[in-house]
Amino acid sequence: MTVATPPQGTGPLGRREARLAWSLLAPTIAAVSLVVLLPLLAVFWISVKPVELGDLRAPEPIVREDLRGKPEVGGDEATLRYRLRNSSQDGVIRDVVLTDSWPAGLQPVELDPRCSLEGSAFTCRFGDWPGGYRETLNIPVIVSQEFLDAGTEVDDTPASLTGKTTSVLTSGEFTFANFVKVFDGGEFWSVLGVTLFYTVFGTIGALVMGLFAAMLLNHSFRGQGVLRGLYLFPYVAPVIAVAFAWILLFDPFSGSANRLLIQMGVTDTAINFFGQRPLALFSVTAFEIWRYFPLSFLFILARMQSIDHDMYEAADMDGASPFQQFWYLSLPMLLGILSVLFLLRFIWTFNKFDDIFLLTGGNAGTRTLTVNVYEQAFAVSNIGAGAAVAVVIFLCLILFSIFFFKYISREEGL
Amino acid sequence: MKYLRFGFVTAPLIGALWMFVIATTVSVAMSFVTGAAFRPGALGSLGLGAVIGLAGLYLSRPWALALVATGLTAAVMAAGLGPVLMGEGVSPIAFSLTALFVGAGTGWPVAVFLKGVEPGALNRHQFEGAVIQFLMGFGYIFFTAIVLIPFYVMVMTSLKNQSELILNPLDFSIDLSKGWGLFRSYVELVRDFRFGEYMWTSFYISVLTVLFTLLFAVPGAYAVARLRFKGQAVFSRSILLIYMVPMIVLALPIYIAFSMTGLRNSITGIVMIYPVTTIPVALYMLQGYFRGLPAEIEEAGLMDGLSRLQVIWKITLPLSLPALASVSLYVFMIAWNEFLLAFMLLDDPSKFTLTRGIASLNSSEIPRQHLMAGSVIATVPIMALFLGLERFMTKGLTAGSVKG
Repeated sequence: MTVATPPQGTGPLGRREARLAWSLLAPTIAAVSLVVLLPLLAVFWISVKPVELGDLRAPEPIVREDLRGKPEVGGDEATLRYRLRNSSQDGVIRDVVLTDSWPAGLQPVELDPRCSLEGSAFTCRFGDWPGGYRETLNIPVIVSQEFLDAGTEVDDTPASLTGKTTSVLTSGEFTFANFVKVFDGGEFWSVLGVTLFYTVFGTIGALVMGLFAAMLLNHSFRGQGVLRGLYLFPYVAPVIAVAFAWILLFDPFSGSANRLLIQMGVTDTAINFFGQRPLALFSVTAFEIWRYFPLSFLFILARMQSIDHDMYEAADMDGASPFQQFWYLSLPMLLGILSVLFLLRFIWTFNKFDDIFLLTGGNAGTRTLTVNVYEQAFAVSNIGAGAAVAVVIFLCLILFSIFFFKYISREEGL
Repeated sequence: MKYLRFGFVTAPLIGALWMFVIATTVSVAMSFVTGAAFRPGALGSLGLGAVIGLAGLYLSRPWALALVATGLTAAVMAAGLGPVLMGEGVSPIAFSLTALFVGAGTGWPVAVFLKGVEPGALNRHQFEGAVIQFLMGFGYIFFTAIVLIPFYVMVMTSLKNQSELILNPLDFSIDLSKGWGLFRSYVELVRDFRFGEYMWTSFYISVLTVLFTLLFAVPGAYAVARLRFKGQAVFSRSILLIYMVPMIVLALPIYIAFSMTGLRNSITGIVMIYPVTTIPVALYMLQGYFRGLPAEIEEAGLMDGLSRLQVIWKITLPLSLPALASVSLYVFMIAWNEFLLAFMLLDDPSKFTLTRGIASLNSSEIPRQHLMAGSVIATVPIMALFLGLERFMTKGLTAGSVKG
């Protein structure tokens, strides 16, 4: 008698399914690794490189050729001129070689020792060019009638230059100067402090406001749909549009908000909301709350509407007051979504760049880590230092994510 | 707390606070509409509000209290003490409108708030009911104001000119006699600043982004949601992880790579990069939806001899049209609003997207109403699209979690 055993391992059907799955996922994996993983690795690489913005353009040898002295009949003498230079001021180009094809009918009187002419092929070997190198190469030539009749120009066949360059990006040169610069002085800690303030208060504020707004709309009444649409506006509008609207509204000289406050007697002089410490930090945090409360409100509302109403009736029967119902029934039911939202928003606010960049440009004590990346890389033109800040951000992020996934596994998704 | 729970304490308190809220709201609104000086008077509004609150204990019909409150408000305002103080040159019409809004806006809601409240001792239910009603009323006003004011300022600024704005930044009244001249900034933007082109560029970049995103995300989401393979769990986790990577961290190497390959400053480069930023979000939203579809229908299809790909095309996709719509809408919104990459990668004014175009208007030489007109041009299409398809949007956003 044979004993029936369950099949072991994956069968052919299972293998086929897995193969299909991977082939369906392949384009996504390829695209994402090309644009996310590769750049991430690149950031790590660049962060230990002494790269400046100017180094991105590799030094290039450049040549212009022309024929000087107007030859009119065959046998006249003219000068074939090559103007040569190194495009970079400090990058060395090694083994520069010029190749050109001369039109028929040009006879050199005398050749530069570095050059040779075989048939129509003209070659010069210049060796190494230091940064900022320039030279004009003049070659006296006898022009034949044949050349003049043909009417060709010398640069009809453009000269080409080749040379070896080393880019800092690919060289074996490494440095920790970028990280030293990032962590140097008190600046890093103040930037980190600003980031944490912005993140923590922006997140909590958006959650509380979202909770409040969700409670307002958790009744059915006429116009509820309109209000719900309206309250989502800040989130849907382009950030650049609303950021400029805020700047205009709170402008110290001609902003409506300041005029209103003065008129109401709240303040005597105009307040520079986005230009003075520490007010600017509060203002950008307020903007963050204003812009992202709709997102929390949407999720909280969705969760609220799925809460069973019988529970509240039972609580009513037992004599629980409205505040008690909120505190002992609604809040515990919402705790799951609130904590997930908190973690997600925390990470995203931490990553936020556009808002502060547009509102203050990172001035007046509002420079967060992400703005610092831009500041270092483009304003100070030190790409390496920018990448070093990016690495720091990424490490913080990994820390958050570990925490997030440990926690969210209990919460079972969103 | 205990001493507050008497009708004759609670009612005046709520009345006073509410009148102050309403007086502030009406002052701000009237200032914004007429440009004249209105301001709430703290003592006047608190005092009169307390009286109205007390009256509300005995007058339980909202219209009756509204009538009484309007009369009282007009009388007190005429005496110059009123809840709203006005500067000189306010027309009688504005005066009576203010009195009406403040009076009725206080009387009617206060009567509603105090519906279950009696003059004597209150139980927790009555007290907290009134407080919650008050807080909700405040909430509606507060949220509506903070959402509307920036957009109102944006639209109205775009219709005015620089000198008018500097003269009185509060005066948003519109001179209708200018007719089409009101829209001068818009005409100039389209004519001199190529905003028509930018809008078209933004539009087709967004549409292409939606198409590419769906092309990549639909098969991927299906595989993650339905097919069994090793690493499925890890994979669905790492999707979430990827959309936690900040864009600015990626923007730096992308900038370098694009500079070196010549893709910077080209629409091709933008169209290559946008979909990749949205694929993870789309994939996450779609796989959540696919999981919710009944697997039995697909299995029936398989039994009837369809291949997997045919099942996706003929069964899954038609069933998930609502999800596809909301994902498309969301991706379109992201691409349309995208600022950072466009700002870093595009320098050539002939290739700008709308957001990049607006950024280029931010200079001291260009008047501010142009900046605001540009903002309106960028905001209106996305809002219209969104309001028209709001149902899809709210559903889609909550179906999977979403990046902000």
